[in-house]
Amino acid sequence: MIGEPILEVEGLDVVIPLLAGTLRPVRDLAFAVARGETFCIVGESGCGKSLTALALMNLLPRRARRSARRLRFAGTDLARLDERRMADLRGDRIAMIFQEPMTALNPAYTIGNQLEEAMLRHRRVSRAEARDRAIFLLEKVGITAASSRLRQYPHQLSGGLRQRVMIAMALMCGPELIIADEPTTALDVTIQAQILHLLAALQREFRMAVILITHDLGIVARVADRVAVMYAGQIVETGAVADIFARPMHPYTQGLLRCIPVPGRTRRGAHLGSIPGLVPSLMGELAGCGFRNRCVYASPPCAAGGIGLVPLSPQRAYRCLLPPRECAANAAAAAAP
Amino acid sequence: MLAFALKRLALALLVALTVSIISFSLLRLSGDLAQALAGPSATAADVEAVRKAYGLDQPLWVQYLAWARQALHGDLGTSFFFKEPVAAMIAARLPVTMTLGVSALLFALLVALPLGILAALKPNSWVDRLALTLSVVGQALPSFWFALMLMILFGLKLRWLPISGTASWKSFVMPAIALGYYGMPTFMRLTRAGMMEVLASDYIRTARAKGLRAPAILLKHALRNAIVPVVAVAAVQLGFFLGGSIVIESVFALHGVGYLGWESISRADFPVVQAIVLVLALFYIVLTLLADLLNAFLDPRIRVG
Repeated sequence: MIGEPILEVEGLDVVIPLLAGTLRPVRDLAFAVARGETFCIVGESGCGKSLTALALMNLLPRRARRSARRLRFAGTDLARLDERRMADLRGDRIAMIFQEPMTALNPAYTIGNQLEEAMLRHRRVSRAEARDRAIFLLEKVGITAASSRLRQYPHQLSGGLRQRVMIAMALMCGPELIIADEPTTALDVTIQAQILHLLAALQREFRMAVILITHDLGIVARVADRVAVMYAGQIVETGAVADIFARPMHPYTQGLLRCIPVPGRTRRGAHLGSIPGLVPSLMGELAGCGFRNRCVYASPPCAAGGIGLVPLSPQRAYRCLLPPRECAANAAAAAAP
Repeated sequence: MLAFALKRLALALLVALTVSIISFSLLRLSGDLAQALAGPSATAADVEAVRKAYGLDQPLWVQYLAWARQALHGDLGTSFFFKEPVAAMIAARLPVTMTLGVSALLFALLVALPLGILAALKPNSWVDRLALTLSVVGQALPSFWFALMLMILFGLKLRWLPISGTASWKSFVMPAIALGYYGMPTFMRLTRAGMMEVLASDYIRTARAKGLRAPAILLKHALRNAIVPVVAVAAVQLGFFLGGSIVIESVFALHGVGYLGWESISRADFPVVQAIVLVLALFYIVLTLLADLLNAFLDPRIRVG
């Protein structure tokens, strides 16, 4: 991480008490995001990515409980903020973009009403000023005839347009941090690329930090500065994006990278990699490594005790018992044709 | 919106036409009208004379057209029993039934909406259980029995409210509660279910992510969407209150349309029964049309194609 951190997270836990036991979908998470940087959290479904995002915003489902040793946003301790003060931050200095543009807008109100509302809540501006800002941002996100769009209802727009509206809505108050939870997953591939380019351009223009949550390593490669790979509620590997793609250390990261075809390198008709097995249950404590049942390098010690993050540099860490040299050798062997 | 409204209006007119045919047939199917009009002691010649005089020897569709033309001009025939114009009789009773129906609806909504919202906000809390209990009791209690209990408590023991008549607004309090309580559970459950569904939806999460405060989220974003089905049912329920108030009107001796209908059935006064069926059915149709238009107003997905 380069520069002053805007968000610092340490020891973030989310627990959900259920009848059958306690679900722990996010375990002892630690990361920091610098101003203006793009930080990607990547992992497969059910690894706790989305709950991490909701936990940062304090928007968790009713039954879920959040705790953290440290949760600082631009010097403010979010962990100690009451709901009123947190609501003052949400939509103002921290904004969020969700996965489902089809259902994330209220069907009963016009686009304009919903955009203006985001600004009227936090700024002492007139409705006309809020409308001007909405038009300005709709044009920024590439929507033509913005002023007539304001009078339209969500059901009159396509998915791609709605996601652009969601992005404009997140930008209404000029946030310092945007949390985007799978913002392109529900869209066509061509629209996905447009939306990603748009996000990246807006980020540069407004100097925002972005936490991008995704399961798509292709997206990570294109936009991320730094990456955290999540598995079973934990970060299993973190580092600068180029470093992770060049030298993946954790067997899970190596597995994920093997799943992507590389044009020119992957032979036509060759088998793409896959990771056998399923994510373990997130009930209760995790004994040993969460990935060991799916790991080809697993050995008896992997089942015992908690496994800590091994730092390689201030930027780089991985959570595995294998020494760095062996991890690197495994990665090289797997990459060989 | 205009196209939608015109379509609904055309549909409503079609239903009204069907209802008028059914209502017309009611009288013709209830036996030989000429015989009934001439009276039990009439000779065969008298009956034939009556048949000719009233046009009952004409083909049915001719009779229907004549009847329909009269009905459109406000002439709903003459009561067998009172020998008075039916239209005037109904018009005199309508204000009582309307007052009762509307106040019953208001009572039901005023209890059901806040209760349903609170229950949805805290499922399985004591408010939720209270709401559920009230609604189960409301649906299980026979309304005449509930009306009698109200009369004993507030009319006889406490002497707060009159137990019969239509002297002042006070006379309508107990009938409105007795009638409205019967419809309350439907509204309460619809509100509760609608609010719970809406509160779990993505756009409520979006509203929270914008930092909106609880009242704005609840009233602007949630209730507006949850209320749509309640509006539709409320209109139909008002129609039911207007037509189904026979029991309550007789218990409290309110001389409304329902009471008139019940009396007319026992007197075999068919023109009155026929007219009441027609008038109440038309109310239903108008209310349903109103509900459709209100729904379109509330839900832009219906209004804007």
